[in-house]
Amino acid sequence: MAATVPLVDYLVLDPEPHLRANRCTHCGAAFFDRRNACASCSGTDFEDVDVSTTGSLQSFTIVAFAAKGVPVPFVAGVVDCGGISVRANVVNTEPDPDHVHLGMPVRLVTFGMGADSTGAEAIGFGFEPA
Amino acid sequence: MSDDVWILGISMTKFGKRPDADTTDLAAEAVMDALADAQVTMADIGIIGAGCLVQSGAGIGQRLQKQVGQTGIPVYNVANACATGATALRVAIMAVKAGEVDYGLAFGVEKLAGAGLLTGNDRAADADEWTPSGRYGAIAPLDGRVGTETMPGVFAQIGMGYLHDHPYAGTPLELFARISEKNHSHSTLNPKAAYSKAMTLEQIMGDIMIAYPNTRPMCSANCDGAAAVVVVSDAVKRTLSLEQQRRAVKVSASILTTDPWTESCQVLPDVNTLTRNAAAQAYEAAGVGPDDLDLVELHDCFATAELVHYDNLGLCEPGGAADFFESGATWRTGSMPVNVSGGLESKGHPIAATGIANIWEVCQHLRGEAGPRQIEGAKVGLAHVIGLGSACGVHILEKAAA
Repeated sequence: MAATVPLVDYLVLDPEPHLRANRCTHCGAAFFDRRNACASCSGTDFEDVDVSTTGSLQSFTIVAFAAKGVPVPFVAGVVDCGGISVRANVVNTEPDPDHVHLGMPVRLVTFGMGADSTGAEAIGFGFEPA
Repeated sequence: MSDDVWILGISMTKFGKRPDADTTDLAAEAVMDALADAQVTMADIGIIGAGCLVQSGAGIGQRLQKQVGQTGIPVYNVANACATGATALRVAIMAVKAGEVDYGLAFGVEKLAGAGLLTGNDRAADADEWTPSGRYGAIAPLDGRVGTETMPGVFAQIGMGYLHDHPYAGTPLELFARISEKNHSHSTLNPKAAYSKAMTLEQIMGDIMIAYPNTRPMCSANCDGAAAVVVVSDAVKRTLSLEQQRRAVKVSASILTTDPWTESCQVLPDVNTLTRNAAAQAYEAAGVGPDDLDLVELHDCFATAELVHYDNLGLCEPGGAADFFESGATWRTGSMPVNVSGGLESKGHPIAATGIANIWEVCQHLRGEAGPRQIEGAKVGLAHVIGLGSACGVHILEKAAA
């Protein structure tokens, strides 16, 4: 079986796909990248935490005009996953305001983005209506 | 005598397409006008705060000096995203307040006509091999794959987030289009606006969609422009002519904040908390409240942004921004006129000029010199600007006592 590569390093594919955050052990603030000290409390100890794969859509936009090379339209949003906010696209839905709603329950999904010259398959993620 | 600082002269160029003038020409035009308005010359100025965001490494302050007067005074070239102009002004005000200089000059200038969509770079072709790189270990560009990096999309989410937190029974597109309708209507009275045509609600809603719910006329207009301001200490102001003193505008508060950590700020910039903090500090410093304001110029980089700042600046009941707007309060005929200049959606948004041009607008009204768009009897006004990243400038300005 060909290797898989996640789109970002905070997307963990095994055993089940989920996002992973870098959480301050002192105040609980979560980050998706490295920090020298916590932006919230200045604590310096962090731990990995699995982010819930379900959440609700806090906000969204339907991007109709984007930079060259970016396919449109697509739905971009913010998902509250059990208290951790996640930036993602909303997928598997019509990209129009009749199908995307504020507060809508969503769940994490992954999908193939194509193989590179070594045959490794890239795996992207988004949230779909739950 | 006090440590008050006064605006003695202020100017903005006409915003729009200026193929006749380069960046230095535009800056010089605004600065010469501001000096003339103040009835001083470069020989009087002790410090310059200078901003030009797209040329932030190019020493715009020194280039301005070579165009209008190389007097050897210190120049602080500053960059703070869309709050660059307010930041340059803060530098001049702080120097006067500290007693280092009697007169300070600040200006902001930009050449942006035809710049199109800002940020959101063209997507690079995928690599031959998926190789993680950067802070998120990304194997491919993330704009469009993990949300959006375009400004219309970011600010669309900021406005929609407000409607999530404060549920709105109507149609978001129509609500935000009505805000844009107001600002475009206001712009018809502003000869310095880049666009000064009224637009109907149907025209705005039916125009090209950029990032729902922001259609094109609900987005700030890229354009060329500059603005400049001369500030003076209270002690020196008292030695000036009666006319200069009469036209001087008191800087009752000059505040700059950055965004404190909030839970969702790393995935969607939080333009709310730093605006709330700046407003609270400004009202405290000025000893006035929102009810005392006769007009407000706030940072409507998108129609979706204007709504949230009604609440952030305390102009309405908490959570009540939509009702407040729909009451008609923020039209120029309402109880709290907002963006009577036409706002960034029609006046235009030459980035570094914006944080001084909004103050120019307020000063026009406080001086009773705003012509057909004068808010009668204006005595106190507020100017607000946001630079994403983020920085927030809030200035409260008061008419000189007669």
